[in-house]
Amino acid sequence: MHDTNLVLGGKDFTSRLIVGTGKYSSNEIMRQAHEESGAEIVTVAVRRVSLPGKGESILDFIDTKRFTLLPNTAGCYTADEAVRTAYLAREAGLGEMVKLEVIGDARTLFPDVQGLLEATKTLAREGFVVMPYTNDDPIIAKRLEDAGAACVMPLGAPIGSGLGIRNPYNIKIILETVSVPVIVDAGVGTASDAAIAMELGCDGVLMNTAIAGARDAVAMARAMRLAVEAGRLAYKAGRIGKKLYATASSPIEGLPDWTS
Amino acid sequence: MKITVNGREMEVADGLSLEGLLTHLAVKREYTAVAVNREITPKASYASVALRDGDRVEIVRPMGGG
Repeated sequence: MHDTNLVLGGKDFTSRLIVGTGKYSSNEIMRQAHEESGAEIVTVAVRRVSLPGKGESILDFIDTKRFTLLPNTAGCYTADEAVRTAYLAREAGLGEMVKLEVIGDARTLFPDVQGLLEATKTLAREGFVVMPYTNDDPIIAKRLEDAGAACVMPLGAPIGSGLGIRNPYNIKIILETVSVPVIVDAGVGTASDAAIAMELGCDGVLMNTAIAGARDAVAMARAMRLAVEAGRLAYKAGRIGKKLYATASSPIEGLPDWTS
Repeated sequence: MKITVNGREMEVADGLSLEGLLTHLAVKREYTAVAVNREITPKASYASVALRDGDRVEIVRPMGGG
């Protein structure tokens, strides 16, 4: 079946799975997992270099000709910090795309949507391709779109929780509310969670822990690729409606007569 | 003079340039960005920026993250 690409900041991506680079047991496992995931975008954090500046870097394990790097503003608690981090990432040569996080609380890592809106406005005005990590709140999603976000990335559940898509109905409403791509970011625990997000009609799924933390990260990366593809295909194929009672799959007519 | 680099205090030669500091610390330039006293310094200005006593320098690059 023909499908369109995921378009972000004018760039086309055939994969609808975005994966992280954190928490892998080794850089080599990360490299293999990226390969198996089929992803074209990988997220990175922006952090202080260790001094003196020697040692292994994750970039030695990411082919930057193949993968688009998506810097995040993880760990930022104010719009100002997030904006500065985005500028740093751009200056570092990581491009214009930014996975914008403005965190409101350390225990839940839920977004501070007020700060998020403010930072989205500022960065969109400055030419960034802003991809905000947000709540599963359709009102905020719409405001982010109006503020110039290139997509909206509602959480399925708290970051790293593996609880799956806790409010599929809100995700559905977000899909009906905004016209920019909707990418579920955070909460995915296993392949079916990713499939559910895609079956709802989401344009993509972003995950890190679900792959990196799996007992076999490389195998899980493949499972996620298949799940995202399967979910997308099922969405495009158009599922049947849900009914309370059975509907026979075999015809009623033409049954042989066994009465004596 | 004393400056702070990535939260670590260090003693460096007076008037050291940012370029000189990065070389001294063997910092790779690719995918690296620098801020001095919260202001981001473009790569092209590294050589012309003379550090001053008490400056706070942040040197960052991509790390693993989600």
